Amino acid sequence: MTLRDILNKLIGRQQSSANTAKERLQLVLAHDRSDLSPELLDQMRREILNVVAKYVEIDMDEGAVSLETEDRMTALVANLPIKRTLKTPITE
Amino acid sequence: MAPNTRIILICSGKGGVGKTTLTANLGIALAQQGVKTAVLDADFGLRNLDLLLGLENRIVYTAQEVLEETCRLDQALVKHKRESNLALLPAGNPRMLDWLKPDDMQRIVSMLAEKFDYVLIDCPAGVEDGFKNAASAAQEAIVITTPEISAVRDADRVIGLLNTKSIKPIQLVLNRVRPKMIASQEMLSVNDVTDILALPLLGLVLEDEQVIVSTNRGEPLTLTGSKSPAARCYGNVARRLQGEDIPLIDPSKEGQSLRDKFRRLMATKIF
Repeated sequence: MTLRDILNKLIGRQQSSANTAKERLQLVLAHDRSDLSPELLDQMRREILNVVAKYVEIDMDEGAVSLETEDRMTALVANLPIKRTLKTPITE
Repeated sequence: MAPNTRIILICSGKGGVGKTTLTANLGIALAQQGVKTAVLDADFGLRNLDLLLGLENRIVYTAQEVLEETCRLDQALVKHKRESNLALLPAGNPRMLDWLKPDDMQRIVSMLAEKFDYVLIDCPAGVEDGFKNAASAAQEAIVITTPEISAVRDADRVIGLLNTKSIKPIQLVLNRVRPKMIASQEMLSVNDVTDILALPLLGLVLEDEQVIVSTNRGEPLTLTGSKSPAARCYGNVARRLQGEDIPLIDPSKEGQSLRDKFRRLMATKIF
């Protein structure tokens, strides 16, 4: 956050385009580098949520699984807000 | 192959970001430093290196005739008229693309390596066969990009492909940097780009209208001893390649007017 960003926020203007460019690039590169199709990523996301849901009750709407990239390393990042822990895990 | 020859691929992925201009200016600057340098136009489809060097009227034979063994290498090499340490090996007919293989590139580059200290390969745009052929003959690479999302994304693809080969080091040149736009945060900064691409920065080149003037004339900026910003930057890149420790230009120190200072204040990181 820079002085300009704060000023832009105060007067309700868009953030500077360089920041927008950086965020868009990081997102698109995470996908380019992992070479995962959106469908596969979505399928993986749903399966991960289902596994986690066996142990804890999670907020399915808030849960996000995304790709992030730093130093040419791509990471799968899951952010799953836990509502409560299940007393007895659901097992098959 | 001469053991100390450096064979450097100059590539970008995206077209029009400055590969050929860098190759021409770097070739001249290295030759001026007294090292024998060959520039190879590996862009057989859309060749332009001859034009930027002002050598388009001197071409008799090309890489094609050398590969077909209808002429010797030194017959095809076009020596630069004012910088005798520099020679161009022109690209052949675009139809070469139909049969050219990585082996052919390697053959031609190793012939050049016997005679020169540096071989700079001007790579075609794209990541297809032209790029793969050119890359197959290189030992190290310079990836050139501009601070625009499409160019950076394409550079990232190229870096990914280079990483799968044994090409080392891979260094970055950031071209067409506009300090004022970076200061007002309307252009990706040098750090933004190096963070994203995770490559060591060999140099940055400031946006400069003189580049267009020099290409009009077929006289690279480094040839004419120009004091223009881009000329200084290209010279620095050549000297760093030679191992000299030249500090990077700080784009934020380029403008000195009150307005530039205000822009920099506005770009101060608060948190």
